Amino acid sequence: MDARYREPLDVPTLARAAHLSPAHFSREFRRAFGDSPHQYLLTRRLERAAALLRNTDRTVVDICLLVGLRSVGSFTTSFGRTFGLSPTAYRAAHAPAVAHARVPTCVLQAYARPQSSTFGEDTRAVPG
Amino acid sequence: MLKQLTHTQVWVHDQDEALAFYTEKLGMELREDVTLPELGSFRWLSVGVPGQDVAITLMAIPGPPVFDEETRTQIQALMARGASGGLFFATDDIHGSYEELKSRGVEFTQEPTEQPYGVDAGFRDPSGNQFRLAQMQ
Repeated sequence: MDARYREPLDVPTLARAAHLSPAHFSREFRRAFGDSPHQYLLTRRLERAAALLRNTDRTVVDICLLVGLRSVGSFTTSFGRTFGLSPTAYRAAHAPAVAHARVPTCVLQAYARPQSSTFGEDTRAVPG
Repeated sequence: MLKQLTHTQVWVHDQDEALAFYTEKLGMELREDVTLPELGSFRWLSVGVPGQDVAITLMAIPGPPVFDEETRTQIQALMARGASGGLFFATDDIHGSYEELKSRGVEFTQEPTEQPYGVDAGFRDPSGNQFRLAQMQ
């Protein structure tokens, strides 16, 4: 579930993979992890969505679908319940994603260089 | 001193094609995706194996003003010939993973093969990057 949270997982599918009946699976899962399978999966998806809000410039709708949730409305509601902020407000409360982008020095230097050169020394770019 | 490896990088011919391959075929997750219009629309794009804290940056082979066209073409040609570096992955079930990845259209360069350290297979991405996948003993 931790790795395949983007897939449409439900209790019957998970129980089949564990070779247990759905009811037995849910009971044992809750006993082992303290959450129902549904809540555990939702928490994982929301945690990944929060990371994507911080680290990408993708839209909220895009992020909702990327983490395996189908309804933007219920995504927004669950997200608010977990983080106390709407997805948009959560993004605004953090440093913009561009602040994390580790743009390579060679790219930065190339774009910082004067675009025209009198002596032709810029005609062959050297990566940093 | 160095504390942690956070990112590794592969050159890719097309970032959207690469993103689809790494996420839909290899099962990785999107980690970072930021476009900087002021830097020639440079796009910082990374993916990772769910649950593991190392990202793979999918870097477009830049043209001018970073590399001239000749250099870019040379990099593409060398990668097409298999001269790229590689990434090494591990799995719990090499035969199951091999069948699943193959059914998703991943191109294998070597079938699972017995080695002294385990069972090892080779595959490549659409840009020509070479990968190994092993079930260690």
